Amino acid sequence: MKKSSDMRTALGRVRGLGAAREGTGHFWAIRLTSIALVPLTFFVVGLLFALNGAGYAEMRSILGNPLVSMMLLATIGASLYHMWLGMQDILLDYAHGEASKYGLLILNTFFCIAIGAICAFSLLKIAFGV
Amino acid sequence: MVQLTLPKNSRVGNGRRFSAPAGASRVKTFKIYRYDPEGLENPRWDSYDVDVDACGPMLLDVLIHIKNNIDPTLTFRRSCREGVCGSCAMNIGGRNTLACTHGWEEVPGKEVTIAPLPSMPVVKDLVPDLTMFYAQYASIEPWLQTETPMPQKEWRQAPEDREKLDGLYECILCACCTTSCPSYWWNGEKYLGPATLLHAYRWLIDSRDEATGDRLDALEDPFKLYRCHTIMNCAQVCPKGLNPAKAIAEIKLMLAERMV
Repeated sequence: MKKSSDMRTALGRVRGLGAAREGTGHFWAIRLTSIALVPLTFFVVGLLFALNGAGYAEMRSILGNPLVSMMLLATIGASLYHMWLGMQDILLDYAHGEASKYGLLILNTFFCIAIGAICAFSLLKIAFGV
Repeated sequence: MVQLTLPKNSRVGNGRRFSAPAGASRVKTFKIYRYDPEGLENPRWDSYDVDVDACGPMLLDVLIHIKNNIDPTLTFRRSCREGVCGSCAMNIGGRNTLACTHGWEEVPGKEVTIAPLPSMPVVKDLVPDLTMFYAQYASIEPWLQTETPMPQKEWRQAPEDREKLDGLYECILCACCTTSCPSYWWNGEKYLGPATLLHAYRWLIDSRDEATGDRLDALEDPFKLYRCHTIMNCAQVCPKGLNPAKAIAEIKLMLAERMV
């Protein structure tokens, strides 16, 4: 949006473009993923301890277990979605320039999707043993 | 990106020092932010050594003492001198509060810093420009909105519904909370701030109001409402002991309830 001159009234400036009627979905999703991540994080930490000292073959077979694989996929999905939303919030707080704001919002999205794709592909490759 | 340092012409330098009168029994130093919009100089810290035994117990008493006896150019707002009008809100010892209800003995250390409310443009010395703050308050339409024809006597409200306004209606709009909020510092043009949102909730929860949905529509926005990250500075500094952060959380719950 183009900056207006100071002659605009204070109320006009405060009203701005009006309410986006959005944000509650974001709020709900952050909390939902937080709840999901409590048991999932315990599972991942437990799994790391259980895998301590395991060899390559054993590691592959455990990661290929359908239940373990699905839990890890859920962890990746929930944590990346949570991270994407959280980082978006931080960027809205601090990134004010047009270029930095949109640039960083785009990078944030691309980064989360790329990490998700790499993790998901790796897990599925192990699970389906191709 | 967000601006973390003051612009060059807003940096505060050291100013004059006013020594205590001879024979002063108990001296405390008050370091006060001074800015004259008509001059070309940067703001400065003036130090006043005040014989506190000659003043009343509150910081407002000290300010009035300085203005009357030491430096008549010192500018500040004050009116009711009993925590009802909110005019003398300022930053005292690094904390926003009302000068009239805060005793100078309550501020630790030999030196007390007094500055205008943070993040607002300064009109002069301790007087901040609250134009945007008042416009934000006006934007939530802080009055009873109804479509049902006005009843013969009054809009009726059950005592338990009236109780829901306790902890909200007491707000005097002093702006201590809003100007202590980092989210408001970063996004003060778009985020409504704790005081305005507390009042928004005061009308949302009023059982007599018929515009609840429209009010929620007008608040549902990543900036207007959701810049609140429950930092809690608002509740920490409120000189009336209110909790704007809780009111904001209640608005978020109302919006979630409407959607989920």
